[in-house]
Amino acid sequence: MAKLNMVKALNLALLQEMERDEDVLILGEDVGVDGGVFRVTEDLHRKFGSKRVIDSPLAEAAIIGAGVGMALYGLKPVCEIQFSGFAFQCFHQIENHVARYRMRSQGRFHVPMVIRMPYGGGVRALEHHSESEEQFYAHIPGLKMVIPSAPRNARALLVSAIRDPDPVIFFEHKGLYHAAKEDVPDEIETLPIGRAQVVREGRDLTLIAYGAMVRLAREAADTLAEEDGAECEVIDLLTVAPLDRDTLVASVQKTGRAVIVHEAPRSFGPGAEIATSIMDGAFLSLEAPIARVTSWDVPFPGFAREKGNVPDVARVLSAARATLEF
Amino acid sequence: MAQKTAIFQKSAPAAGIDPKLARALYADMVLIRRFEEKAAEGYALGKIGGFLHLYIGEEAVAVGATSAMRPDDYAIAAYREHGHCLAKGSDPKRVMAELYGRIDGLSKGKGGSMHLFDKSVNFLGGHAIVGAHLPLATGAGFSIKYRGGDQVVACYFGDGAVPEGEFHEAMNLAALWKLPVIFICENNRYAMGTSLERALAETEIWKFGRAYNMPSEAVDGMDVLAIRDVIGQAVARARVDGTPSLIEARTYRFRGHSMRDPAGAVYRTKEEVEREKLRDPIALFRDRALKAGWLSEDDLRSIEKDVADRVDEAVAFADASPEPPIEELLTDIFKES
Repeated sequence: MAKLNMVKALNLALLQEMERDEDVLILGEDVGVDGGVFRVTEDLHRKFGSKRVIDSPLAEAAIIGAGVGMALYGLKPVCEIQFSGFAFQCFHQIENHVARYRMRSQGRFHVPMVIRMPYGGGVRALEHHSESEEQFYAHIPGLKMVIPSAPRNARALLVSAIRDPDPVIFFEHKGLYHAAKEDVPDEIETLPIGRAQVVREGRDLTLIAYGAMVRLAREAADTLAEEDGAECEVIDLLTVAPLDRDTLVASVQKTGRAVIVHEAPRSFGPGAEIATSIMDGAFLSLEAPIARVTSWDVPFPGFAREKGNVPDVARVLSAARATLEF
Repeated sequence: MAQKTAIFQKSAPAAGIDPKLARALYADMVLIRRFEEKAAEGYALGKIGGFLHLYIGEEAVAVGATSAMRPDDYAIAAYREHGHCLAKGSDPKRVMAELYGRIDGLSKGKGGSMHLFDKSVNFLGGHAIVGAHLPLATGAGFSIKYRGGDQVVACYFGDGAVPEGEFHEAMNLAALWKLPVIFICENNRYAMGTSLERALAETEIWKFGRAYNMPSEAVDGMDVLAIRDVIGQAVARARVDGTPSLIEARTYRFRGHSMRDPAGAVYRTKEEVEREKLRDPIALFRDRALKAGWLSEDDLRSIEKDVADRVDEAVAFADASPEPPIEELLTDIFKES
């Protein structure tokens, strides 16, 4: 057991899986000698060498395309795209090949690969370095979309992603990399992909979040308990797709109210799918319209203006109170 | 570094050609030709949906290249890939059934003409997005190297892929990491309706290999023996130390880009097409095999008869195979748990 931040926790997952399975490789820009732009792959090159920790040129489509070729015959590449905003250079590889190979080859080939991407705003970066675009991947049949919220679940989910027989897009929020340390056990842990967690129990309102938004939901729940006497249930999705509808529905059947918090822009975002899933399963339990707290429908603004764009606790509180008072 | 200028030998060296090999080369080329003629009929009859891109005129490339490789080598291709799949040894019955969209097709009828896959013969598939499969070939090459094998990957693509960014990304990666990939550009001079001259600042495609320090050369894509020879050298290089190559096979498609423009007559002249048909790779090889005494008229006729029977059998098989049941719609998205 060691207290680790998310960077170190992810590094531990990679290290242990590479020790366990020599088919696990790392591929990306500056992941090797340099150790990665956020240091997630630090020291792995020293330990495993250039054969398994591979510095690629700046060629995102080639990274992902080569990753598919590696995976077709059983290697397990963990590809890093330096920032999720760069992924459009390889988006068609993801959409055309990564997601579809199993279907297109009718199960004869499959792509056991992980694509890690740092994402998210609130870190004073700029356009292309701050977006939250999980909805694109969540929308593509054949992909799993995983977003951890803390060091321990990040480590366990990355291990699960590497062992998954299907491709996993793995988003890591830049704001969480160094945000907190947490006890992470030395022995390998996994968490099931496709399963959400109830991280705080409550009876009055369900707050649904993932990634960096989980902290906001928890803080808002604390404040609402203290100032309003309202007990919120907080759900950390952990996996955006496939969506754990059962956990969402069970919670709202109990609370009757739901607020969804995500960093992606509002329209056609994950909140719409989450809200519809709740309505499908818990319509007669609903006491108020389902609310969404999201970024606005704008391209990501520069750091000087990002505070007004990415959701904050005040906006979560305001939406929660309106829902409770409806 | 062995980089040659693009001057073709008058005819390829005939050393090592025996009747058995001549028979195989001829049979494979005729099989592809007859198969596709029947596919065109099937398309006209509405038996085949989607698109259909015929390889007619280009058969020597896939057949010559495959003959220089081992069965455990890999091949990956673009969307004009019936020929590569058949040359690699796939069952024509199952290829035709796939074109027909039937359950006994290579991809249960759900892939169609552009997405043939056959793991049993190491055929890594047809790919519809131009240029997009080149990085996959480098990844497959990487896997071979990682596992310490000596197989090679034949990666086929057209001249239309050359201006795509992934051609350059993949070539760079393969050369940088010394991956055993043979990039085989089937230069048929038209990317759909846009001629080479209207698409590329450098029309001698083999020269792009120079930029990536890769052995590269052009070869007469209508001469099956010349292709066999040049690819054979590339295979030998790749097996020794993973050296990749770029081979530009200068060929021509006698039909249009797809069945949308069956004759391909808008962007090229009739005279040009007729002139190119004089270089028909099957007729050229037939002639040569006769003159060299590798095959007699009787041999050739018996091969042609045999191939015609196999293709008829493939059509009957495809026609008799049922359509995939509706439940198939939801399968093979993720691993079934």
